This record gives sequence, C-alpha cells and structure tokens, in this order.
Amino acid sequence: MRLALLAGLVTAVICAVAGTFIVLRGLAFIGDALAHGVLPGIAAATLLGVSTIVGAAVGAAVLVGGVGLITRRTRLSSDTAIGLLFVGMLALGVIMTSRSSSFAGDLTRILFGELLGANASQLMWMIIATLVVGGVTYVCRRPFMLLCISRDLARANGFNASLFEALMMSVIGVAILASFQSVGTLLVFGLLIAPPSTAALVTRRLHTMIIVASISGVVATYVGLLVSFHHDLAAGASVVVSATAIFVLVFAAATVRHRRMSDSHPAVSPAGAHHHAH
Amino acid sequence: MHTDVIVVEHLSVGYGSSVVVEDVSLRLTPGTLVALMGSNGSGKSTILKTLVGLIPPVHGEVTVFGDVCGRHPARTAYVPQHSATSETLPLRARDVVAMGRYAHLGLLSRFTRHDREVVDAAMSTMGVTMFADKPLQSLSGGQCQRVHLAQAIAHDADVWFLDEPTAGLDAEGRDTVTSCVAAARERGACVVVSTHDIDDAREADIVLLVAKEVIAQGAPREVLTDANLRRMYGFTGQH
Repeated sequence: MRLALLAGLVTAVICAVAGTFIVLRGLAFIGDALAHGVLPGIAAATLLGVSTIVGAAVGAAVLVGGVGLITRRTRLSSDTAIGLLFVGMLALGVIMTSRSSSFAGDLTRILFGELLGANASQLMWMIIATLVVGGVTYVCRRPFMLLCISRDLARANGFNASLFEALMMSVIGVAILASFQSVGTLLVFGLLIAPPSTAALVTRRLHTMIIVASISGVVATYVGLLVSFHHDLAAGASVVVSATAIFVLVFAAATVRHRRMSDSHPAVSPAGAHHHAH
Repeated sequence: MHTDVIVVEHLSVGYGSSVVVEDVSLRLTPGTLVALMGSNGSGKSTILKTLVGLIPPVHGEVTVFGDVCGRHPARTAYVPQHSATSETLPLRARDVVAMGRYAHLGLLSRFTRHDREVVDAAMSTMGVTMFADKPLQSLSGGQCQRVHLAQAIAHDADVWFLDEPTAGLDAEGRDTVTSCVAAARERGACVVVSTHDIDDAREADIVLLVAKEVIAQGAPREVLTDANLRRMYGFTGQH
C-alpha cells in the first residue's frame, strides 16, 4: 500500500507537469489518443514477451508519426488524423487482447492500471521519468510558453518551433508511458487533464500552474487511494474521480469568488490606465 | 548600401507556390517608418511574415541586416495581429513584456537585473506598470495592445514589425502607438507597420499601397491620392 501510494503520488506529479501543456496548447485530443493508442503496442509486447513500456513507446511513436504523416500528405486536419488512428489503434489493441486467452484479466489491467501492484523498480523508473520531464520542461520553459501563444511567436524569437513542439510531445509521451502501469491507459488521461485544468482556474503564472496542478493531483491521488482502500473500490478510477471532483469544487468556489469580486470591484479601470499613459 | 537595414528586390510573397503579392522592392535605412496599407486579404501580413522570416519568399531577394530573414531574432521585434494570447495561458502583463527579452536570453541565459530594468522601463514607457501583476485576460483590448508594445520596447530591437497595431483601438490607443513608434524611430529603429487606416499611413516616410501587388509606393503625399486608393480598394473588391 505504501508503494502504491508513492507510485500514485509520482504519477500525479509527472501528469501535472505534462498535462499543463496539454491544457495550455489545447492538445487534449492527441493526449487522449496517445493514452489509448498505445494499447496495441502493449498487447503486442505482452504477446512477444518483451517489456510493455517498449511496446507502449512504439505504439506512441506510430501514432504521433502517423498523425504527422497524414496531416502533411493530405488535406485532412490533425484532429481527423488523430481520431482515425486513435480509434483504429484502440480497436486493434482490443482485438489483439481478445484473441489471446492469456489476456483474460490483462485488458482490465492495461486499461485501468494496477496501482496496488506497483513494485520498487517500477517506482524508481517513474521517479527518473518525472525528473527528466521536470528538467526538460524547466530548460524549455521559454519556447514552451511562446508555443502556447503561437508557433509564429516562438519562431520570431529565434526558437526552432518544430524541435520544441517535438520535445513537448515527448514530455507528454514520457508522462503517459511512466503512468499507464499504475493508473492504466484509460485513466492516465484523467490525471493529465483534471489537475492542470483545476490549476488554470486559480493561477496567473506558468510555474504556479504546474505547482498547483501537482498539489491538486497529489491530493486527488491520496484521497482516491484512501477511499478505494476503505470502501474496496477500483484504485485508479477512484483517483481520477477525486481529481475531477476537486476541479468541480474549485470551479464552484472560483465562480462564487468571481461574482463577489465583480460586485464589489469592477475590473481594471480604463480611466486609471488613461491617467498613467501620459 | 551598408546603411540599408532591409533590402527587398522583386520579392513575391505567398504560401508554397501560390503568390499573394508580387514584385515588391524596397530599401530601408535606420529610423525609417514604412506603412503597408491595404484592405483585408491584400497581403500585408504575408509581406510582414516574410520579412520576419516566418515564411520563405516565393521569388526574389530579401535581406534583413544583410542576412536571410529570421537570422537575427534579437534585433527584430514582431508584434502579430491581434497579438494572439492563449485564453487559458496564465500570464501576467509583466510576463508578456518579459517575453521581449527571450530572443536575447535564448534557452539558458538567466534573467538578469539588467533584463528586469529593461522590462520595468518598457512598462513605464507604455503606462502599464499599474497593471503589471494583472492577468492578461482581465485587461481591455487597448491595455493588451499597450502591453504588447511594451514587449516590443523591451525587445530593444533595431527593426520592428507591427501587424495592424492600431486595429480595434480608440483614439487614445492610437496616440499611444504613434508615440511609441516615434520613440523607436528616434533611437534609430526601422519600423514596418501594416494598416488599413489612412491616418496611420500619413505618418509614414514610405507608404506601399498593397492589393495583391504594389499599386503605388513613395511618400504619403504622392501615394495617398484618391485615384490610387480607389484602385487599391477596387482591386480587392472590398469596398
């Protein structure tokens, strides 16, 4: 249980960092596709007896590469390309797992994770992945921030937009790979989106958004595991439900606060700005 | 020749092989203000993006500081149209102004006391110090535009590319842009603005009337004639 808790907390942090950019750049769909598109890779890896992480990485690379290829070579939008490959790969994964009798319990495990089955070496890899993701994000904070505004702005400031876009996708990919074993491919997405969305409601700066997202993810994981332990509920699902519940609570609180603020203080006064401009 | 900051010769701009504006030629010395005037869809932004180095020229030659466009990001400031900022991006006005230093700092350099001073001075020049800590989303259109111009000032660039900086601004906002551009020119910066406003164009040293081609080019007094303007609007069929 202690290992499960630690694995859950690390997952919460890595997903908060990567998820912040998914939320800011509007990459939710590709993030979702990545989280699910890795399924045939994992299934193939299990059938071949190699590491599921390797299988998932290959699945993710095929998905991202395929989306890039279709977007470049056709007039289809990236959303269409993502949708096409995402559903196709998910279905392929389901077929592969359903064909083999050895997968009986495995599909559930892949989709919903096995937080309570985390071991020490898994945990160590997750911590390393979290450090890498955090380090890359810190070093690339300027181009990442410009990319969140526009590609052109990043390029005009001398940053190679394609390179940093690829790095951002890699950060997201690594977070998903590091997380799917504990919360599962289906639920990793909840941790990628819910905590950063909660943070976006209440923060004004990028690094505070990442910190608040991490805290919110950690609280959700702790509460989720506690509830799951005492009431014998699915661990991963409980974590994601509590992450979403935190979003709803913060959203309600922010709305009430905003109403009160706008009743007592109207927004920045244009008259005051006028006074200062000259 | 050596004093020319931007040299454009028989330039055709566009996307891929489809040309948006043909045969633009231009030489700009330090301190010059150029207005690209045209209606929506005339190709003003495409010319600007080519000069910034965001899209490659279709034909012809163009150099900025004697080099291919986009090679000197620290010396060129670009303020895109409607200065798009993500709705969800958590940014204070101060953070947006600080981005003006990114081209100097690159990936790894630390934000120094000097950078902070430049940012503070730019905010004070544009009168945005009072809402430095406000989230950008809470500011009005005019306030946002001032923040973006403060970013251009903080960039401390030798060439400014401003895409429709006065669009959507009231008279006071326009005055702010005008005085900001004047201050940049006094420092010797070369400024290229796109506009569809004839009053903005009158302030420039050189006006290019653009409507898929350059209809007229030269001093505002010679270029902004009724006949030329009618031709410009007639060509794109906007009015």
